[in-house]
Amino acid sequence: MAELLHTRGLSRHFKVGGTFSGKRLHAVDDVDLTINTREIIALVGESGSGKSTIARLLARVYQPTAGEIIYQGRSLSTLRHRKDVLKYRGDVPMVFQDPFSSLNPAYRVKHGILRGLILHRPELNAAERHAEAVRVVEAVGLHPAAEILERYPYQLSGGQRQRIGFAQALAYRPKLIIADEPVSMLDVSIRIGLLNVMAALREDEGVSILYITHDIASARYLSDRIAVMYGGHIVETGPTEAVLSDPKHPYTQLLLSAVPDPRAPLDPEAIADRGEPPRVVDPAPGCRFRGRCPLAIERCGVETPLLRELAPAHHAACHVA
Amino acid sequence: MPLLDVHDLRVEYATADDPVVAVDDVSFSVGEGEFVGVVGESGCGKSTMLFALARLLSPPAEITRGSVDFRGQNLVAMTEKQLNVLRWRDFSVVMQSAMNALNPVASIGAQFADAIAAHAKYSKAQVAERSVEVLRLVGIDPIHLKSYPHQLSGGMRQRAMIAMALLFTPDLVIMDEPTSALDVVAQRALMIQIRQLQAQLGFAVIFVTHDMSLVSHFSDQLLVMYAGQVVEAGPTRTVFDDPAHPYSRGLLDAFPSIRGPRVPLIGIPGSPPDLARPPAGCRFEPRCPVAVAECATTRPVLYAVGPAHSRCLLNAPDPASGTASPGVDTAPSGVDTASSGVDTASSGVDTALPGGDAALAGGDAVLAGRDGASRGDGASPGGDAGLPVEEETQHG
Amino acid sequence: MLRSVLRNRKALTGLILFLIFVVLAAVPQLFTSVTDPNKLAFAPALPPSGEHLLGTTALGQDIWAQLVYGTRQSLVIAVVAGFFATVLSVLVGVSAAYLGGLADEILSMITNVFLIIPTFPLIIILATYAGKGTLLVVLIVLVVTGWSYGANQLRAQALSLRNRDFLESARVRGERSSYIILAEMLPTMTSLIVANFLGAALYSVLTAAGLQFLGLGDPSSISWGTMLYWSQNQQALQSGMPLWSLAPGLCVALLGVSFALLNYAFDEISNPALRPVRRRRAAA
Repeated sequence: MAELLHTRGLSRHFKVGGTFSGKRLHAVDDVDLTINTREIIALVGESGSGKSTIARLLARVYQPTAGEIIYQGRSLSTLRHRKDVLKYRGDVPMVFQDPFSSLNPAYRVKHGILRGLILHRPELNAAERHAEAVRVVEAVGLHPAAEILERYPYQLSGGQRQRIGFAQALAYRPKLIIADEPVSMLDVSIRIGLLNVMAALREDEGVSILYITHDIASARYLSDRIAVMYGGHIVETGPTEAVLSDPKHPYTQLLLSAVPDPRAPLDPEAIADRGEPPRVVDPAPGCRFRGRCPLAIERCGVETPLLRELAPAHHAACHVA
Repeated sequence: MPLLDVHDLRVEYATADDPVVAVDDVSFSVGEGEFVGVVGESGCGKSTMLFALARLLSPPAEITRGSVDFRGQNLVAMTEKQLNVLRWRDFSVVMQSAMNALNPVASIGAQFADAIAAHAKYSKAQVAERSVEVLRLVGIDPIHLKSYPHQLSGGMRQRAMIAMALLFTPDLVIMDEPTSALDVVAQRALMIQIRQLQAQLGFAVIFVTHDMSLVSHFSDQLLVMYAGQVVEAGPTRTVFDDPAHPYSRGLLDAFPSIRGPRVPLIGIPGSPPDLARPPAGCRFEPRCPVAVAECATTRPVLYAVGPAHSRCLLNAPDPASGTASPGVDTAPSGVDTASSGVDTASSGVDTALPGGDAALAGGDAVLAGRDGASRGDGASPGGDAGLPVEEETQHG
Repeated sequence: MLRSVLRNRKALTGLILFLIFVVLAAVPQLFTSVTDPNKLAFAPALPPSGEHLLGTTALGQDIWAQLVYGTRQSLVIAVVAGFFATVLSVLVGVSAAYLGGLADEILSMITNVFLIIPTFPLIIILATYAGKGTLLVVLIVLVVTGWSYGANQLRAQALSLRNRDFLESARVRGERSSYIILAEMLPTMTSLIVANFLGAALYSVLTAAGLQFLGLGDPSSISWGTMLYWSQNQQALQSGMPLWSLAPGLCVALLGVSFALLNYAFDEISNPALRPVRRRRAAA
């Protein structure tokens, strides 16, 4: 397993409050994230934590305000030519959350896949493209592939549409698929099917997946490593089992205690937190979780904690842990 | 007499062709102060049923059969005028998305005043007093009566909606997925809050959700709906510990666990049937892993399975053995608090959470469980309906 | 789609009306024996009769013949001006929405300038400058004054579409902006574009009639508007030849109505939420 991509000090701020206000929303701040080959890494956080922004930064929908993204040893900011950018887009495609708007309703389902092949694998001729389209649709578990390709999106269910989203990404022969909450809008009984497809992609096609979600349970089911985000920062990373069985950061601990698990009895202790969101518009220095943290000390309000290795490959950004 | 008794309720949507039955002869009842969870996925009819209960349906949807008896009075037979007497005072509704349900251009206080004015004649002082009271009940600083919905966080908005529903301390509050727009921590906090309020004020709750695990610790009775029908109903713990219907089993298994062993899961492949052309036999049969031949041709009714009921032919009593209880179409009323069940499932529970330092800032939020059914291991305090002391640790 | 048009009463009425006019314009000679409606061939001011269905004008022309031949110009104006105005609306509106930023600001400003200029005075000025114009002048004037309303509408819809995932998906795929606008966005906006066209056509019919009525068209041409001009000029209503004014007026109105009906119908067909309640709706 080698390193595929890493970010260094990645930040993205947005202007808020009208044309003349100086307020900045710190959606992502100072993120160092590493993604290796052939691994599924989950990025877990609540809405507003910045995880979707990271997805879009990696997919080059946004440009970073600060920091850089190093892909295969090269910083993305050095990519100037359309050809280079296109190559990156082919290596790092994105799958979207909403199955009801991720496919253009005016075209048959094969349209997106074929367009992708035309752009990213120009060496193929028309017949080869069609064959490849059939191959990727089968790889995501849809049968009969040739017939499904001819359907319109409204003729497919939500789960099927999401699978087509993955098929589109797969057609580029990508290295890393960025999956932005791919199952959140699907019915519970369908989610597992799609998660299994993603696991199979890693096994059979050798693709890495950045799985972005707010659902820790599915992150556990699918991923090898996990990164927890809060208020634009990464607060904990490490192997999934290690982080979930021995969470070091108080926010991770809170998150785990709040997840409803029907098979476990209710823990009355970890209850009082109301879930008020952190302040990310012009935030004060220091740890963004300190307002809700039971362990907060004075240093937490002054100095932003950095990720420290607290156990093998297991990092947490906390002064106290 | 139960607080609410729904009998053979049927809701149909008029179409250009034959009407589509969205809610197919659903029956259940709710006792005083009870928490009933209604669980199902998209298209199962749970939201339609909820709207039917509250008499909020508009054409092309309409109730074509059945009755909804609220304290003996049939809501289905009432006129708008008669309903208005009951609305908000005896039962109220909390909608799914506060951002959509609250008026974005009116302050919270103004909306409370509106709600009060629609159903009673209070003086201005009384309106103010009551508004402050309900906000305090849900733990929101009364200063927010002047705030607009967008100025509050998601969790606070939902609590404001609940406060609004409690203005007249109704006997029944119907909630349509009130937590779906919230994140996990806020969801948990809201559920606990609802239970505390229940203990305090004694109202019953019908809680509709697609997230089964969410209600697992909070509801007394659980209804599982699929394709417009109730497929399983019974005391919550029974349904969770020993689901009788293959759909409930599949649904429960579709939740990956965070504790315990990591196992590959399957979910329930396929999709719900087209209600315009429902299958001749069991509606779940096309997706059922244990279906037998007659499942495709025979329509199952609700069969008794211990304290619960299940709509599965495999649960039908064997006609040869002559056991009593023929199929029944009515779910049981109320619930016995008998199920104390020790949690046998995941023994990994204790290792998952760190020790005592996980005590979070804030008041002693003792969970006032009505029946103590959800925590049978005796490790945690509870079961006694100690009233919570909720201190305001954060603004709002 | 044809079936939904046929089922919808408004669409059907509008379509039938429109087709009637199309036929009249295409083969006028089938409906009247007069070959040159402008020729002063008959006795003036005759009342309606078997020979002259609507009578004759003060100058001795057959009114019915004029009406039939005049259909052509009115229809051509409606369709051509409507078409070009729509093209302009689409280009400006959708590009403004998609490109955003400075381009959007500039394009929107231009749109708004054209929008708030009072159209009729502008039309009159333009038409007068261009001289007692030909058909071409009328068309240009209509397009120039008629595109801005649609541009705003289309921009609004394009804005709401802009963040739809399938467009972002195309962007992330690496498609060029021009491709995305033309091949991904426009196909999903067809119903609004068609509705726009119908609205622009309606606008053109009425405004052209108005222009010609004021004498700013070509008085020697044959169209409903010029008929209105001459009939007013000769005081038809007061001098016992009311049909000379009423007939073309009615035709203008009817053509306008057909476009309006088709417009409503298109809304209903493409947006099921607007349909009469009898239609099917998915169960909750």
